[in-house]
Amino acid sequence: MRYHLDFGFIWKYFDKLAWGLVLSLELALVSILIGMAIGLSLALAHTSGGRAVRSVVAGYVEFIRNVPLLLLVYLVFYGVPSIEGFAYDATTSFVITLSVYAGATLVEVFRAGLTAVPRGLIDAGKAIGLTGWQRLIWVRLPTMFRIVLPSLSNAFVSLFKDTSLASVIAVPELTYGAQWINTNSFRIIEVWAVTAPMYLVTGYSLLFLLQRLERRFVVH
Amino acid sequence: MLFAIQSLPFLWQGLLITLEVSALVVAFSLVGGVLLGVGIVYGPRWLYWPIRVYSDFFRGIPLLVLIFFIYYALPLFSINFTNFVSVVVALAAFETAHIIEVVRGALQSIPRGQNEAAKTIGLRFSQRLLYVIAPQAVRRFLPPWINAVVDTVKGSALVSLVGIVDLMLAIQQVIGRTYRPMPLYVLGAVMYFAINYSLSSASRRLEARFAYIRE
Repeated sequence: MRYHLDFGFIWKYFDKLAWGLVLSLELALVSILIGMAIGLSLALAHTSGGRAVRSVVAGYVEFIRNVPLLLLVYLVFYGVPSIEGFAYDATTSFVITLSVYAGATLVEVFRAGLTAVPRGLIDAGKAIGLTGWQRLIWVRLPTMFRIVLPSLSNAFVSLFKDTSLASVIAVPELTYGAQWINTNSFRIIEVWAVTAPMYLVTGYSLLFLLQRLERRFVVH
Repeated sequence: MLFAIQSLPFLWQGLLITLEVSALVVAFSLVGGVLLGVGIVYGPRWLYWPIRVYSDFFRGIPLLVLIFFIYYALPLFSINFTNFVSVVVALAAFETAHIIEVVRGALQSIPRGQNEAAKTIGLRFSQRLLYVIAPQAVRRFLPPWINAVVDTVKGSALVSLVGIVDLMLAIQQVIGRTYRPMPLYVLGAVMYFAINYSLSSASRRLEARFAYIRE
């Protein structure tokens, strides 16, 4: 090995990576929240709507899930603003993309969760005189959220990893920070040797924390 | 729309590269994933942790970071691959980690009694695996495996970022010349969708086909 590793430059500009990581987490958090709103409303529309609503929801889910996220990132950032009347910065563009992407995954998660709510609970709600809306808010949704919590944690960690794609449209998150240091120092190997563990450690710590949180809500 | 149609032969070349990368990765990760997956479930103890660490490591890093890492880090060890080979290595390493988990899930879904019964009638390990475990595990393996294949095709779009002219980069290049992004991105999305949707509907058909089996 004739190459001499030198991490000096990376520590000097470590703030690029640290703030990048913070932005990555923010992107993932905002996207999963919007994605959950999309997912939940479409899952409810799917379970209670007619045939037309169902096929629209299924079309959305199938389209997003079968197209590479990278293409969606480009499509929203370069494609959509080329039609008149749309203008937004790269970060907004990426949040839109990732939210729509998360929404498609979460529709399926919530739909499965709603189906998994025991029939007896809904009947019991009916028996004590709750209306349809009351049953939804007090019986079906709380039970569903407990059922889907593990899937939500996984989705969140997965989205956190997907935020690395924001670097291709110059959103200054972790991967972009790494590439910034690369172009300024050419210490490419060292940069990735620091960045990859940062993703790894953050991802697994998140999963660990979320799983501990899940245990408090678990239903037996 | 005419220019989008005129660019089709060029996009076709890119599509072939996308399919080639995907096919290689699917083949390598299937072999590697099945071997390591069987290793993690039935292998000796000293084999468990290395496979566990491998799988968790590669599943915990974003694919994009992994592609860059392998692309730049291998020359450090005097391994000089072309960009094509190094992305295939990166994608295959990533997908293998996912296939290991699919295989593990499929194998562990088989009730322990099946293995014990096969042992009782005197089958060797290879016979137990081949005649008893595998035929039952395969129906649990196929649907998630096809999902992994879809993920591979989607993930292969990232090879465009190290300069391989796959479908994604071909689209980008046509846009670079025509300055008409929207029609081409939509065309590209339709092409990816056509490949992946046929795969994922195959997965759903398989799931429906195996639905009669209850545990």
